[in-house]
Formats: sequence, structure tokens, C-alpha cells
Amino acid sequence: MLTKRLIACFDVVDGRVTKAQQFQDNIDVAPAEDLAQTLYADQIDEIVFYDIKASAEKRKIDLDTVRRVAHHVFVPFTVGGGIRDVQDMFEVLKAGAEKISVDSMAVRNPEIIRDGADAFGRQCVVLSTQVKHVGIRDGIPSGYEVYIDGARLATGLDALDWVRRGEELGAGEIVVNSIDKDGTASGYDLDITRAVADAVNVPVIASGGAGNVDHIADGLTSGGASAAIISSILYSPRLDRNIGVRELKEGLLERGVPMRPYL
Amino acid sequence: MISVIDYRAGNAPSVMYALEHLGLPARLVATPGEVAGAERIVLPGVGAARATIDSLEDQDLVAALRDRVLGDGVPFLGICIGLQVLFDHSEEGDVDCLGFVPGSVRRFPDTGRVPQIGWNAVHFTREHPVTAGVPDAGHFYFVNSFYCVPAEPADALGVTEYGVEFCSVVSRANVLATQFHAEKSGELGLSLLRNFADWDGLGGGDGSC
Repeated sequence: MLTKRLIACFDVVDGRVTKAQQFQDNIDVAPAEDLAQTLYADQIDEIVFYDIKASAEKRKIDLDTVRRVAHHVFVPFTVGGGIRDVQDMFEVLKAGAEKISVDSMAVRNPEIIRDGADAFGRQCVVLSTQVKHVGIRDGIPSGYEVYIDGARLATGLDALDWVRRGEELGAGEIVVNSIDKDGTASGYDLDITRAVADAVNVPVIASGGAGNVDHIADGLTSGGASAAIISSILYSPRLDRNIGVRELKEGLLERGVPMRPYL
Repeated sequence: MISVIDYRAGNAPSVMYALEHLGLPARLVATPGEVAGAERIVLPGVGAARATIDSLEDQDLVAALRDRVLGDGVPFLGICIGLQVLFDHSEEGDVDCLGFVPGSVRRFPDTGRVPQIGWNAVHFTREHPVTAGVPDAGHFYFVNSFYCVPAEPADALGVTEYGVEFCSVVSRANVLATQFHAEKSGELGLSLLRNFADWDGLGGGDGSC
């Protein structure tokens, strides 16, 4: 049977992984290349890499760092940040990524999702969303609004409307990244994760808030997610104790979550 | 020397990085002349069947692959879409494919999430030099909305369950192909690539040997 995935998330600045809290106050962790090697050796299922300043700085993604990470990672590798068109996607794939993550740029130009899916197949296009609980109101029937630009700009889009549209346009996976929970190690926002998982038929990835094994297990069971993005728990200097992949997988298996066996 | 087919819709870099990591000599090839001289061929892939076939036709590679793989019998490894285009026909875009292996490619039923994305177990139906040392029910990384149905059941070397039980590894004489991404399946996937580099194209059989 298909197992659930643990995905390590890298927020990269100048070739180094950083760790934010609610999309702010990034602190330095390690060079992306080194952390990638460590986590590959620890049998992480997948790595996602965001060049978190490319979009704001209106520049192309840091392809050198993408390439250096790709050289050491023989598990799936997704890259996002500042992707504007199919040519940008092509360059990232040629640098060694399997999947492209689009987020703020897709809100500004949703056709980028369709263009990417047409060019490379829908499995190649991951729609990442930054969602915030704002309460049910006009235009936001789910009570969750989509934000962009590092959680700074509200879009007026309802989270569920947007993910349905993204799926229609060709997104092969949807990341639900809770702004409220990001970096808090207090658990995923299970309500919106579940609602998105029910709204679309492509795999949904929970993101933002995992601080212990129970949080991850909840995201992958009651949250309905196919995969869990984790970062703080693996390497945040803000936590008293980080947990490796082996211990996380053992804990998840004990809780009845199917995982790729640790070899 | 392993020749990795470089076409527009492929993910040749990931395969090249994996082969480089294993210390296996490899080169990218993109022309019929290069294919004609290839000792060992990998057709990697991501994306859609039609885009892949169109790319191979645009680069004039179809006849060269047929001559080298079916005619000369060099060891061949297809990966993901590089497996699906080996068959006669794909439901994806209703496209005629290479026809190196009899059978067709169908879409997963919508009862589960499509595409299938993630690590799933492969059960082997028999031994094969390329899967030597790979445990039965070993997990590999899949990304697919479509799956192959070989016309001859003996061509299925590996099977996997995702709503339906489908053929995840194809073996027919000197042709081997995996629906999963061997280059992205951790150490088990790398061991399969290492075995492929040593394989003489024999002993794969069609179930009869």
C-alpha cells in the first residue's frame, strides 16, 4: 500500500537553511547542501526547498544551490520560490528538481499552473498555499483566507475556492501551510488541512506546526494529509530537542501510520 | 558507458546525478547517431506520454531506439514515463506509443487520489539480475496517474497495489522498466541502477527461462 511521507522543508537564504516563526525572524541553521546530505542519510522521504527571498527580491531562483543539493538527494526534491513561467520551471528541473512549487506567483497568474502541467505533467506542479484563519465572512466561506508574499499580503481568496481552482488548472499536489501555526511546534491546523483534503482529489500535504510525533500522526490521519512537511522538529535551534527520521517513523508506525520502512 | 536519453520532457539530470554518485560512467545522448552507438540505454522520464513521444519523434530517436533496443538487444532501462511509452498505446492523450512491449497504459480509477505520489511496495514475481539484492516488498517512489497492462502476464516482473494491483516493473528480454523512479528511491533505487550497469541484457527472460 502507498505509505505516508515525511518531507523536510528548507527555507533557504543565501544557500543556507533558515528557520522562521510565523514567517518571520528567520534564524540560521546550516548550509542547504550539508543538511540535505544529513537528512538523505537519515532516510527522509522527500525534501522541499524554498528560495524564500527570490520572489520578494524579484530575481531568479538560486540554481547553484538547487544543483548542489540535487547532487546529494536521491529521494524526491521539490523546488519553489520566484518561479514565473515555464522557462523558469524548465531551468529548475534541469538543475535536478522533480517538482516545482508555485505559491504567490500562481495567485498573481494562475495560468502558470496550467502551463506547467501542460509542459511537464501535473505531477510536476505543486501548489503551495499560505492560509490564515480569519473567520467566516463575505467572500471567505471557509473562514480561511489565502495570503502571499511570505504571509504579508491578504488576497481576498477563500482557501477552499483557491485549492479547487488550482486542482482544476492542473496542480498535482496541494500544500496547506498554516500561517498561524508556522514554526510554533503546536500541531498542524487540522481543520483546514482536512477541509482541503476533502475538497480535492490530489494528494494534500500538511505544513506548519509539527512539533512532535503526535502532531504528525494527527495531520496524516484526522487531517487527511498524504504527507507531512516538517522542519523545526528535525533541526530548529529553537526547540530543546530535535528528533531524527528514524525515531519519527518508529513513532508513526506505533500509531498505525503506514511509513516507508527504515532500512 | 550508460547512455541516458536527453529529451525535452525528461528528467535526465536526476538520473545523471544518481549515476555519478554511484561512480558509473554515463553520458547524455540526444541524437539518432548517439543512440546507434549506445552500449546501454536509460530512457528516464517525467510528464505526459504524448509530450514524451512528441519529443522522441522531434529528435528523430524512435527508429534509432527500435534498432538498438529491439534489433541489437542492448540492455535498456525505462523509468516512469520511460516505461509507459514502451507499450502499444496509452490512454493518456489517446496516444500510440513505441510498441516495444505488447500492452496498453490505463488511468487509475478515481476511487483513490490521483496521481499516486509516494513510496509503495513492489512484489517481485521472479528473480532478475537487475533486482538482485532488492528485498520483496521493498519500497520505491512512485508518481503516476497511469499504469501499464502488459498483454503477456509474464512481462510483469513486479507488481504494486494502488486501488488496483498493477504492473510496476516490466521485464522482456533485454528491456527492463520501472514505473517508480529508481533514481529517486533512496538506496534501494540506487542498488537497482548499479545492477543495471552490470547487466548483460540476458537472464531477464519473458518468464520462460
